[in-house]
Amino acid sequence: MEIENEIRIVFPAKSCNEAMARMTAAVVASQLDPSAAEIIDIKTAVSEAVTNCIVHAYKDDIGKIEMTCRILKGSIFYIKIKDSGCGIQDIKKAMEPLFTTAPDEERAGLGFAVMESFMDSVRVTGGPGKGTCVVMKKRILPRTYRQAGCERNGSDNANERTEQ
Amino acid sequence: MSVKTEITDGKITAYLSGEIDHHNAGPIRNEIDNALEKNHPEELVLDFSEVSFMDSSGIGLVMGRYKLLKELGGRLIIRNAPPAIKKVMKLAGIDLLATIF
Ligand SMILES: Nc1ncnc2c1ncn2[C@@H]1O[C@H](COP(=O)(O)OP(=O)(O)OP(=O)(O)O)[C@@H](O)[C@H]1O
Ligand SMILES: [Mg+2]
Repeated sequence: MEIENEIRIVFPAKSCNEAMARMTAAVVASQLDPSAAEIIDIKTAVSEAVTNCIVHAYKDDIGKIEMTCRILKGSIFYIKIKDSGCGIQDIKKAMEPLFTTAPDEERAGLGFAVMESFMDSVRVTGGPGKGTCVVMKKRILPRTYRQAGCERNGSDNANERTEQ
Repeated sequence: MSVKTEITDGKITAYLSGEIDHHNAGPIRNEIDNALEKNHPEELVLDFSEVSFMDSSGIGLVMGRYKLLKELGGRLIIRNAPPAIKKVMKLAGIDLLATIF
């Protein structure tokens, strides 16, 4: 898909960077003129992926996290969050709601479920010793759609409403 | 991020504010748990009216307090959660465990 803009940052896996990362993603996404609700969806999903790098991938050290934000043709926000940490044993299982390897740290096992529900697509690659890469996309509805009362929230389908 | 606790007979109200993520869930938890251990309330009210952001680390925080209160024989009430925060809570099924106003 055609890339219209790309911003890449690399930062240490420190918890103070969780807010920095989601704000940066929101600033890039703002070029697509998203609604307040869409911005919160993106911030929440980014926060999940970055926190996972910090608490799981680099449990015992402070490695590097690479975040790439793109604006793709067709009003699509793309984000890639990549670490070189321990990697995930079984990605399918890790993505199941409530699955967590850190229940004693009060983790709910809902990070991937949040990413999947707040973004249009979530793709996870990697493996033990190979690190983890999370790619997410979200189409931002043009403002004209929203002004016509078609703001999308959750699973609502904008097309259905415009046809009425 | 900050948390202010108010203690009245049998009830603790914690006024949360700012962003709840992994970075600041710890200090919030300590503050609330200190108050819980000292007072053993029948009811813990978490007031979210000033919370501007919350991710699954906030879910872990709420679930953890729910479990703790259950052990102490108290109940959890969630109050004034803005729509975006409610969305995250619903996804986690917190509305089935605690009373949300
Ligand atoms: N970047 C990563 N590196 C290594 N393991 C990961 C990574 N991301 C996720 N995992 C693994 O996948 C599991 C599920 O992740 P998910 O974000 O859904 O839940 P959680 O982080 O355990 O809890 P929560 O996100 O609700 O606080 C984690 O417990 C961890 O074992
Ligand atoms: Mg997580």
